[in-house]
Amino acid sequence: MTTTKDVPLRVENLEVHYHTRKGPVKAVDGVSFELQKGERLGLVGESGSGKSTIALSLMVAHKEPAKIEGGKIFLNGTDMLTLNDNEVRRKRLSEIAMVPQGALNSLNPVMRVKDQMIDGLKAHGVSKSQDEFADFIAELLTRVGLDVAVAEMYPHELSGGMKQRVTIALSISMNPSVIIADEPTSALDVVVQRQIVQTLREAQDRIGAATILIGHDMGLMAQFATRIGIMYAGRLVEIGPTKEIFNNPKHPYTQMLISSLPNTRGKRRLSGIPGITPSLLNPPPGCVFHTRCPQATERCMIEIPKLVAEENGHSWACHLYTEAKSEEEVTA
Amino acid sequence: MNEVTPLLECRDVSKTFVSGTFRKRYNLALDKTSLTIADSPPAITAIAGESGSGKTTLARVLLGLLPPTSGQVIYKGQDIAEMSRSEFRDFRREVQVIFQDPFESYNPFYKVDHVLETPIRKYGLAKNKTEAKELIIDALETVGLRPSETLGRYPHQLSGGQRQRIMVARAVMLRPKIIVADEPVSMVDASLRATILETLRTLNDEFGISILYITHDLTTAYQVAENIIVLYKGTVAEAGDVEKVINSPTHPYTRLLVDSIPQPDPDLQWGSDSSVSRLTGGLSGHGCVFYDRCPIRQDRCDETPPSLYQPDKYRVTSCYAYEDSGVFDSPRLTDAFIPASEIAPIQG
Repeated sequence: MTTTKDVPLRVENLEVHYHTRKGPVKAVDGVSFELQKGERLGLVGESGSGKSTIALSLMVAHKEPAKIEGGKIFLNGTDMLTLNDNEVRRKRLSEIAMVPQGALNSLNPVMRVKDQMIDGLKAHGVSKSQDEFADFIAELLTRVGLDVAVAEMYPHELSGGMKQRVTIALSISMNPSVIIADEPTSALDVVVQRQIVQTLREAQDRIGAATILIGHDMGLMAQFATRIGIMYAGRLVEIGPTKEIFNNPKHPYTQMLISSLPNTRGKRRLSGIPGITPSLLNPPPGCVFHTRCPQATERCMIEIPKLVAEENGHSWACHLYTEAKSEEEVTA
Repeated sequence: MNEVTPLLECRDVSKTFVSGTFRKRYNLALDKTSLTIADSPPAITAIAGESGSGKTTLARVLLGLLPPTSGQVIYKGQDIAEMSRSEFRDFRREVQVIFQDPFESYNPFYKVDHVLETPIRKYGLAKNKTEAKELIIDALETVGLRPSETLGRYPHQLSGGQRQRIMVARAVMLRPKIIVADEPVSMVDASLRATILETLRTLNDEFGISILYITHDLTTAYQVAENIIVLYKGTVAEAGDVEKVINSPTHPYTRLLVDSIPQPDPDLQWGSDSSVSRLTGGLSGHGCVFYDRCPIRQDRCDETPPSLYQPDKYRVTSCYAYEDSGVFDSPRLTDAFIPASEIAPIQG
């Protein structure tokens, strides 16, 4: 195990449940992973796989009826779940920052960009003179490719892409060691999407922040991430270096996901993954994917496969590969 | 020229949206767009562009949901604005639509059976209940759904992919001539996208339905369509054989779009950002609509807009860089489309 200095974020056995009238929905079910300094992790999953719940939980910003039922979230060595509200608030922005999904809605429509950025910084304990703030904001805006004049504008004067750049500027303002970007480009056009993802990449690279990009677009992941984690029905089923995931996927779900991706290099028959995601209220026993898996055996219906580390920093949770091996639970 | 019988046609359609009470602002969503959809052979044509390119406006005008400011929409030789009530009813039946959002197309208080029963009743597709049931089951199976897993349920009990496929089933039941699919998979999970796109192909192949696939996603457009029309600010930037347009784009706008596709392959990385900073002032407003963003702009581009030029047999482009290849002089864009007979069958 590496020292905490190189591992800004370590998640151990995270369990997040939504408490509904019909019972607890296991949105995140025993997820463990860690982030190396400056690395870019892509967390991929379909709607309902738990990826956005993870994002909120890491910020300890989840809301009722969601509740963290178990596990640990170590941010620079401190377990976030043992801190009180005030201590958590101090960690946000300064150590862990978020680029939200709807940048369009996350800015205050009646405040100039400059004023809301200053507000945010002050709320997290930054004190500077007005002039220093002005210089600082100008520098942040330049870093994300915006004109300094944007500081004096109102959100409605900005395009969707410009607003998302403002939120990126805010997220890097206090040099956090972790940035979480939850589908930051889902409402944007393809050209702007590329610019935003490249801006995010330059910004995180410059301050050396480990970044989690959450989304469902495998194309974006291939372009951005150095490592990819695949979520299915609340569980992390596979995680590994981007090239390994694309060229050597192990979990049947990942394999089918990769082969269902359309590309522009020759037309072919398109096939999706038959079946639907199981209800998380009553998840199937054993492997959550067995109801859709063409290779499922009897063992898959009984025993939950564990995420096992194999060669090349690549881990997967599937019984197809574990018969001969001794089982050893690991964090990726 | 290939033999085409235009089924649905729009001629010089412009659509201007007016906003503001005291200071009127005019927004030109479509600028003299002409388009034909052939009856035989039935084809899949993609219309691609960013938000604001006019693609949804075009769809709504073609469907008769939005009256054009000028120009005509002609179905089987007749202007839809001049149709009688019964003629328009037939038009509505034969030209079906699939919308983007599989959540908003349903009334949450009704079981999903309702959306399938309504058209049967409205158009008298079945003589009795048994026949109606058979029709529904048949349509669901066509789109790859098991009737036992879908009928009798409420919309919220089904996944987005299932709901969208029921919408396709509803359209199929009416045996339309054309389906206009406006971003049908953009809100559907990746694992189900492929299934819905394959269903569209089946409808085209086996039921002879022409499909207009409207999207911002060039990858899926490439996979399902034979021909593509790339729109920019309500005008045609480039059009023709999808293989040519996507894999060797000529118009700088198409090139920008293609370069921005996030390829699902870690070995095909985006280059560095090549976009040109936008000009904001000093535009004449008479020239090429892409002038302010164009990396290869010349002074003349700001003066007169380029015509459509034809650099290949099956491709036209609206850029002066291809002026030497000659003006495309047909009023019908489809004359630059690759016919199905010249397309190699899909592998695998």
